[in-house]
Amino acid sequence: MTQAASNVAAPLHTPVEQVRVNRHRADWRGWKFVWPFALVFVFVFVIPIMYAVYISFFQQRMIGGTRFVGFDNYARLLHDRQFWSAVGRVALFTVVQVPVMLFLAAAMALALDSMKLHGTRFFRISTFLPYAVPAVVSTLIWGFMYGAKYGLVGSFNGFFGTHLDVLAPGVLLASIGNIVTWEFTGYNMLIFYSSLSTIPHSLYEAASIDGASEWQIVRAIKLPELRGSLAITVIFSIIGSFQLFNEPSIMQNMVPGNAISTYYTPNMYAYNLSFSGNQSNYAAALAIAMAVITMAIAYVVQLRSMKEQMR
Amino acid sequence: MSNASNVAAAGPGERERDARKAERRRRRRVARDERAERARAARSGFANVANPRRSGLLTLVCAVFAVYCLFPFFYLLVNATKTQADFTSTFGLGLGRTFALWDNIRTVFTYDGGIFGRWFLNTVLYVVAGAGGATLLAIMGGYGLAKFRFPGRRAVFAVIIGAISVPGIALAVPQFLLFAKLNLTNTPWAMIIPSLVSTFGLYLMWIFSDQAVPTELLEAARVDGAGEFRTFFQVSLPLLAPGIVTTALFAIVATWNNYFLPLIMLKDSDWYPLTIGLNQWKDQASTAGGQAIQNLVITGSLVTIVPLVIAFLCLQRYWQSGLAAGAVKE
Repeated sequence: MTQAASNVAAPLHTPVEQVRVNRHRADWRGWKFVWPFALVFVFVFVIPIMYAVYISFFQQRMIGGTRFVGFDNYARLLHDRQFWSAVGRVALFTVVQVPVMLFLAAAMALALDSMKLHGTRFFRISTFLPYAVPAVVSTLIWGFMYGAKYGLVGSFNGFFGTHLDVLAPGVLLASIGNIVTWEFTGYNMLIFYSSLSTIPHSLYEAASIDGASEWQIVRAIKLPELRGSLAITVIFSIIGSFQLFNEPSIMQNMVPGNAISTYYTPNMYAYNLSFSGNQSNYAAALAIAMAVITMAIAYVVQLRSMKEQMR
Repeated sequence: MSNASNVAAAGPGERERDARKAERRRRRRVARDERAERARAARSGFANVANPRRSGLLTLVCAVFAVYCLFPFFYLLVNATKTQADFTSTFGLGLGRTFALWDNIRTVFTYDGGIFGRWFLNTVLYVVAGAGGATLLAIMGGYGLAKFRFPGRRAVFAVIIGAISVPGIALAVPQFLLFAKLNLTNTPWAMIIPSLVSTFGLYLMWIFSDQAVPTELLEAARVDGAGEFRTFFQVSLPLLAPGIVTTALFAIVATWNNYFLPLIMLKDSDWYPLTIGLNQWKDQASTAGGQAIQNLVITGSLVTIVPLVIAFLCLQRYWQSGLAAGAVKE
């Protein structure tokens, strides 16, 4: 109280007064640079998400048009077998494919960083190159190779007299996993490799003076460094595989029969509901539910990895 | 005395340039030292204490993986040289009876009234306008977030982090409905406007600005009376160049390869990008009475990926150093 009173009483140009004034005058200059991004972002992200939440509370009826139904769409989702089978499928996909891909990526990054390879540059670029290929093209190439009629698998069967079929319903998901692994291992490798290359060399020098073996250097210096980027790659990979759409939807008619149904993944289900089933409201509810599930899983995973880092 | 007046006469531009030059010299020196250090490390091999020499076995293991990565490219290249008849009848990894690569390329660009050329130009349009705009917005946004403390900065950050984890489909359906209301579906705008947002690019530019643009340099320019935009264009932009190339490259790949967005937004094949067009050609074989044109699909795929592969090969230095900058922060 006395402090404030003395401030008011003090002449205008004392340093105390200036500090106070500066603290209260906001610096808006940053918005000059940020507003264009923010504007487009609001238009293509924020408004559509809010709109999706809004329409998910409505239902289109044959009679009476569109009407408010509260949480009915979400309740229907809870009992929708097709939806849960799709969720189960991408969950299985995530549990198997993501660890395999990230293990390959980390191993390759460690190998490149070890400086023990002949032709490091060649390996770096050749591992990363699949990232430049559109999902459509990579699925087409692998789809042609998988073909039992005139693909490579077909040639293999003809030559060895076997009856392999990588597009059979039982192994189809693994075949799709192979395509996704091929597409994104290089990208994840590059993220790991970048974080490894920021380790100062003096650290290795110190370790070698202390007589550390190479394996000890990997364990004590490199792996802890990878942990930070691991959190990012895990989260992006989980989000990516829960959104699985391109590969199965492009392969749909390259696969004999109806092995890839219209509800093969949650994304395909939502797409078919809204664009051929005319059920946008239900599809919106589905999309929101998937977003919540994905964010919850990503959050839990991130939380765990953060806790590990704290320890 | 005369010396001091000389400096004053030199003006803000001169001093700014000197400061920039000095900074560039310093960076070059640091980079040179680091390179020398790395080379020395590689020679003496102290990163590999137990076995300082290159390992043939490890190279072999990695070579197996490299073959896996490059194999589909090889398959694509081989099969682009075949006619439709050879594609269905000859061994997938051997050459066909006739070498039809040039023929195939010509047919790709003339088939169906040259629609492939149209798709190619559409893709280029979407990339130039969409990815170009995305890069510009990301540069300005990242710079603003890194170099200013403004009201709402934390909110911007929180919203963007939240948005990254929202699946694309949650956006796609309402985006489509919204664009349909505005009569924008089936026009290039439906493809360009959503492509303008690159959250990954924003993140990259933010971290890059944080590191590459010294705040003292900005202060110096401001003291000399340069406005914020002049400071941005003349002082900061040159320092950000490597990060800009990386951001642009990733935005270009994202736009060039986008499949989902045009799939929902565009119904008129005149506005298709390459990805949707190729998929339509592939589907032609399975429609009733449709002519199978797998040789064109394969050759078209090759034509589609060549520009990006070349870009990645030529700009190696940038995407590697740019991502490295992104990794430092973590």
